[in-house]
Amino acid sequence: MAEVLVYVDHVDGAVRKPTLELLTLARRIGEPVAVALGNGAADTVAALAEHGAVKVLTHEAAEYADYLVVPKVDALQAAVEAVSPAAVLVPSSAEGKEIAARLALRIGSGIITDAVDLEAGDEGPVATQSVFAASYSTKSRVTKGTPVIMVKPNSAAVEAAPAAGAVEALSVTFSDKATGTKITSRTARESTGRPELTEAAIVVSGGRGVGGADNFALIEALADSLGAAVGASRAAVDAGWYPHTNQVGQTGKSVSPQLYIASGISGAIQHRAGMQTSKTIVAVNKDAEAPIFELVDYGVVGDLFDVVPQLTEEIKARKG
Amino acid sequence: MSLRIVVTVKYVPDATGDRHFADDLTVDRDDVDGLLSELDEYAVEQALQIAEDADDAEVTVLTVGPEDAKDALRKALSMGADKAIHVEDDDLHGTDAIGTSLVLAKAIEKAGYDLVISGMASTDGTMGVVPALLAERLGVPQVTLLSEVSVEDGTVTGRRDGDTASEQLQASLPAVVSVTDQSGEARYPSFKGIMAAKKKPVESWDLSDLDIDADEVGLENAYTTVDAATERPARTAGTIVKDEGEGGKQLAEFLASQKFI
Repeated sequence: MAEVLVYVDHVDGAVRKPTLELLTLARRIGEPVAVALGNGAADTVAALAEHGAVKVLTHEAAEYADYLVVPKVDALQAAVEAVSPAAVLVPSSAEGKEIAARLALRIGSGIITDAVDLEAGDEGPVATQSVFAASYSTKSRVTKGTPVIMVKPNSAAVEAAPAAGAVEALSVTFSDKATGTKITSRTARESTGRPELTEAAIVVSGGRGVGGADNFALIEALADSLGAAVGASRAAVDAGWYPHTNQVGQTGKSVSPQLYIASGISGAIQHRAGMQTSKTIVAVNKDAEAPIFELVDYGVVGDLFDVVPQLTEEIKARKG
Repeated sequence: MSLRIVVTVKYVPDATGDRHFADDLTVDRDDVDGLLSELDEYAVEQALQIAEDADDAEVTVLTVGPEDAKDALRKALSMGADKAIHVEDDDLHGTDAIGTSLVLAKAIEKAGYDLVISGMASTDGTMGVVPALLAERLGVPQVTLLSEVSVEDGTVTGRRDGDTASEQLQASLPAVVSVTDQSGEARYPSFKGIMAAKKKPVESWDLSDLDIDADEVGLENAYTTVDAATERPARTAGTIVKDEGEGGKQLAEFLASQKFI
């Protein structure tokens, strides 16, 4: 069976959920071979094996943390040459896209970004994408080289499938361009204790209707009652009420959770572009004419300052 | 010594219009108005600021696209860019990101550059891969997804805010930079700027000017193919209730019925 390379996104050995989703998708088109790079690479092996990696190629070097992107491209290229895979899967994160794009150029291959599903086809893997603010769904294939496909978080349910996870050291020679962009300092993002926005099963977002930074406490309380991530519309971010890293929309993050709750968000096309693929959509808004109500499975026309706290209390009561 | 800045921009269909596919499954541009991609306005802004801080600098805006794409160049010129290059060729129809990066890279090399600045992504395709592809093709450092950027003494530095960490980056020129919508509000063209833009030079290049063969670009030679595009079925009308004091409880009931609680 053909081997499929899966690029491992991890933080000091802790594998991030989108990578486990990739392993699940990879099994549909071949045998997953994972590539784990940098500090903690060896610590990823157990999680990767548990989710179907037949082999894990590891390489640790300071370059991965000290320089931007290119050392990882060099390593992935070495892995492609070592394995000759049927496809390469990379999480569709900002960094994942940059690594995958440069790799594709080097190996003469086409790229597909932001796939939301993947299946085996007669002429190679077929990727589903959601385009034009999710108003269309397309099926695409790479027609030249080894398909390099970037898959969005939440595109597949993680399934355990224990496999050998045989560890092999990857041999990497860094190119002379590898040290071109130096990372002179790194500040880890302060943990809020909430799930990461793009990975969360439930997202609770606030917009212009929230009316101020302090009022976001209402949105956070609702999120915490559901174990959800907090999102914000561009209007709320531009007003300085919530950090840009939490922005959902065309110029922010694209999310695809099981449940999306929009509070005080009108639903401009730019926001819809970032959340329209959510499985269930719920909105609370004073304005009955707000376009967000065209998308919802359930909407409440009402003041979020009444509805959201009542909802939070009710959820807490039901959960006991 | 003059600092040569090339800003790559894209003319995109207006997202608030009704976008759809043409018969060949490329984007139908006829039915929707186009405009300068909003995310590229931030790139133009940062280029202008860097140029203003430099002793001697020149900002060139570059686009690849059909005749109408000149509108995007005009907008950038009216913001304050010095000159523009329009790469237009019938053989470019349907070119994918890999092909586009080839055309841009060749044009950037022909124009001459110390710094390339791009937006983080286009607002239509939203792939966000072209800046990295350009850096790979040009063989220069990528300093991408910056929310803050500055250039001094032949060095570009900037801040990149990622999912898990915020990083400070540094590279020597020449380099490819991309900026996010957090890099700073883009200026509006002034009346004076709009009038001045009419007199600024716009060069037109085709594939032969760039020594690119037709079989390296276009829909036929793309590295990917779209086999099918289906309009997402309209969502079935949801339940909408008016809050008369129990709205939160009713919503909780719905969430419980869907097993979210």
